[in-house]
Amino acid sequence: MNELKIKADPASSLRREASSVVIRFAGDSGDGIQITGSRFTDTTALAGNDLATFPDFPAEIRAPVGTTFGVSAFQINFGSRRIETAGDDPDVLVALNPAALMVNLARLKTGGTIIVDSGTFSERNLKKAGYKSNPLEDKSLDAFSIVNIDITKLVLESVKEFGLSQKEGLRCKNFWVLGLVYWIYGRDRSDTVDWLKKKFAGRPDIANANIAALNAGHVYGEVSEIGAITQLYTIPPAHMPHGLYRTVTGGEALAWGLVAGAELANLKIFFGSYPITPASPVLHALAKMKQFGVKTFQAEDEIAAICSAIGASYAGALGITSSSGPGIALKGEAIGLAISTELPLIIVNSQRAGPSTGLPTKTEQSDLYQAVYGRNGDSPLVVLASHGPADCFDVAIEACRLATKYMTPVMLLTDGYIGNAAEPWLIPSVADRAPFPVKKETNPKGFAPFNRDPGTLARVWAVPGTPGLEHRIGGIEKEDGSGNISYEPANHQKMTNLRRDKILGIARDIPKQSVESGDQTGDLAVVGWGSTYGPISRAVNNKMADGKKVSHIHLRHIWPLPQNLGDLLRGFDKVIVPEMNDGQLKTVLRDQFLIDAKPITKVTGQPFKISEIEGAIDAALEN
Amino acid sequence: MNIAVTKEKLKPADFASDQEVRWCPGCGDYAILKAVQRTLPDLETPKENYVFVSGIGCSSRFPYYMSTYGFHTIHGRAPAFATGIKITNPELDVWMITGDGDGFSIGGNHMLHVLRRNVDLQILLCNNEIYGLTKGQYSPTSEVGLRTPSSPDGSIDRPLKPLVFTLGTGARFAARAYDTQKNLPEILKRAHAHKGTSLVEILQNCIVYNDAVFDNVLARDVAAEKQLHVEHGKPLIFGADKNKGIRLNTKTLTLEAVTIGDNGVSLDDILIHDEKNRSLATLLAAMDGRELPVAFGVIYCDPAETYEDGITHKIEAAKGPEAPSLDALLRKGHTWQA
Repeated sequence: MNELKIKADPASSLRREASSVVIRFAGDSGDGIQITGSRFTDTTALAGNDLATFPDFPAEIRAPVGTTFGVSAFQINFGSRRIETAGDDPDVLVALNPAALMVNLARLKTGGTIIVDSGTFSERNLKKAGYKSNPLEDKSLDAFSIVNIDITKLVLESVKEFGLSQKEGLRCKNFWVLGLVYWIYGRDRSDTVDWLKKKFAGRPDIANANIAALNAGHVYGEVSEIGAITQLYTIPPAHMPHGLYRTVTGGEALAWGLVAGAELANLKIFFGSYPITPASPVLHALAKMKQFGVKTFQAEDEIAAICSAIGASYAGALGITSSSGPGIALKGEAIGLAISTELPLIIVNSQRAGPSTGLPTKTEQSDLYQAVYGRNGDSPLVVLASHGPADCFDVAIEACRLATKYMTPVMLLTDGYIGNAAEPWLIPSVADRAPFPVKKETNPKGFAPFNRDPGTLARVWAVPGTPGLEHRIGGIEKEDGSGNISYEPANHQKMTNLRRDKILGIARDIPKQSVESGDQTGDLAVVGWGSTYGPISRAVNNKMADGKKVSHIHLRHIWPLPQNLGDLLRGFDKVIVPEMNDGQLKTVLRDQFLIDAKPITKVTGQPFKISEIEGAIDAALEN
Repeated sequence: MNIAVTKEKLKPADFASDQEVRWCPGCGDYAILKAVQRTLPDLETPKENYVFVSGIGCSSRFPYYMSTYGFHTIHGRAPAFATGIKITNPELDVWMITGDGDGFSIGGNHMLHVLRRNVDLQILLCNNEIYGLTKGQYSPTSEVGLRTPSSPDGSIDRPLKPLVFTLGTGARFAARAYDTQKNLPEILKRAHAHKGTSLVEILQNCIVYNDAVFDNVLARDVAAEKQLHVEHGKPLIFGADKNKGIRLNTKTLTLEAVTIGDNGVSLDDILIHDEKNRSLATLLAAMDGRELPVAFGVIYCDPAETYEDGITHKIEAAKGPEAPSLDALLRKGHTWQA
């Protein structure tokens, strides 16, 4: 491998320096696009660039080959400057078949580069993609720079010596392309080679064929007249805070944050879940953490998943369940029981586009109403939202802290985009975090199951197996203190008030709302939550650079809201709320603070573009 | 296990809570509650380790009347709560109380999966073939034609046989009893001794909405002819004169009731009960009191590894020689210094 590293870059003098580049890899679901993207991500991270990714794939696992609905894509924005989004419009589109070109061309920047595999542009494939004529031959792509290579043919040549079938040989196409793209950006192949060797340790022929394809793609670039194929680039390392980094996806960071939070609470995790897109990565990550004593349970359905988690909390573990909107709907009754019995519980919602089955692999933030309001009865709980992959780690720890300190369910909102996207992460130290160990009740003297801490209003946690504390709990209204069934009118009023006040009181125990960018007062506040962080942050900073009095406020605590939020928002003439829903946080802000928060909504299954937020800021300031 | 020996033995009354029992006078649930309270003092579990879990329905109020730990949960979901409790702390002695509607209608899916997973629980199914708490609608175990407020001209739903279902899931223990049965505690002790999910169907009389529904089997004048009390290793004999038995018709693979001495039938022709024989158990569980008597007692018992032990073993296997460090895990794989 070392020879690859030490070889001088023959094209170094011809490389143009760029501060950031957006590449979108696109192909058939079976082309290995997501693997290509994740390998490019790791190599880019190791080269020291900041980055953000956006895996964008269909719900169908292997849709018919060559169809537009089978197109899978992976977008990465990387650079030497701070990167906060996966990029508005790609600079480069890699299209491994006509359908990938058809679906993704509209996103490409005018003048952008298209790398196509002309070997797939057969009449049949063109027809399947909906082309009436071959775009490589008509003049429809004149506005772009085309890198037209018969990759199919070159891949098969490069892997001939390994005796693979044609089908297996073509599976190496993604690595051939990766090799070429590495050449264009002057990237080192060794990490990808190591990965392939490890991944296919049991099939060295497949590993070697892919490595050969990777090298062949790279060599294709090298031996072509330098710069003849396309402009070559160099992207210097980004200036990032000092420390040890890795890349992390939201799914991983969330799983690790939950384990960290449980460790800080001195509890064991029980994770009950039912597979659902896009929430399953959290289950997968935790199932691999048994060495930490994590017990994962793949339940028979969403209801059993949460009920088992509540049972686990009752028995003294930290019960956690995870799903996406439709599954959360099924869990509603059980969430009510956890509220009524005042047991700690974490419910992770990896949101996706709804209603109903909606768009399972497309991102949306439309479960905020469901989180805050979506149960029968007056049933308050804590709602938190993470704003990016790495942020999931901290939000998960905060969820563990609040659930155990206040004996309450906590709904943690993330989304499909955050869960699957990756970004560089300054690795935190769990050992340096302040622990918040849970104290379970053990003293029978004066014990009653609904005795409360007068400060937090949390009830005691008395776990089966503790002598002398035997008691009964359930979903029927209970008398405060004793926990005995009570149908007394005044008691139900009292219990409803207690459940409300306990949750609202948490506002005293969470950080005051800060301003991410801009001043504490001004002409316009742009209020966001969740995965809109990146585009809002960039847009607000761009507008601030233009001299606009605009500030970015991003909420982590959705319920209860931070104590100072109302006053903070009143310090701005106008408030806009960009959300990937039809205006849900906007409603909550209007309701809580009687302010004229204006919605900026988008529900296309695609994240906001920076330019869209900039446009909304301009419009708000003009009116 | 020495704990129970050194402590003073508890009495049935020690397992009664201070809550007033709110079932209708004459309800079969009273007898079941008493039988459970009579059973527990004879078991070796420390009192604080008992957990009674239930769903919704008349019988699901059961935990409130026990002085043990208890969790009255939501409709049909008790198996999932019980599973989470048992996985979290396998030391706990978990009993689940359910009814025919809670367990086999709204909670049918959970029942299927808890049984096949073999979580170590006792499930007491109080089957009264009616919805009591919602005021008398037909249930999934009601006979066809039952007239109720929701089936004024007779139900057309065909009834489910809980024990046939249980055996079909791959469960490892199935028993049947009735609410006032004298030796109910003995059957409950067998269920408790079995490591794995033990389902006991208890025919329970609802005095208000379905009174005397089991009289065709339980009434004193028909009991001997309509009840077959099975015992492992003993011939399947019944009848007032103990001269009737169950024989396998090898041509049709069905059971038939025969009289010893008639048509050359001898005791050798009568099947011997084998608790480990799932095929026989399934045939016995299906006997419904029409052509054949209803089987009572432990119909099937063949232990296998429990679910929670499986989880514990996986966790033990994943543990290395040293305590795991999350900080080390986060620094594994691709990292770089900035």
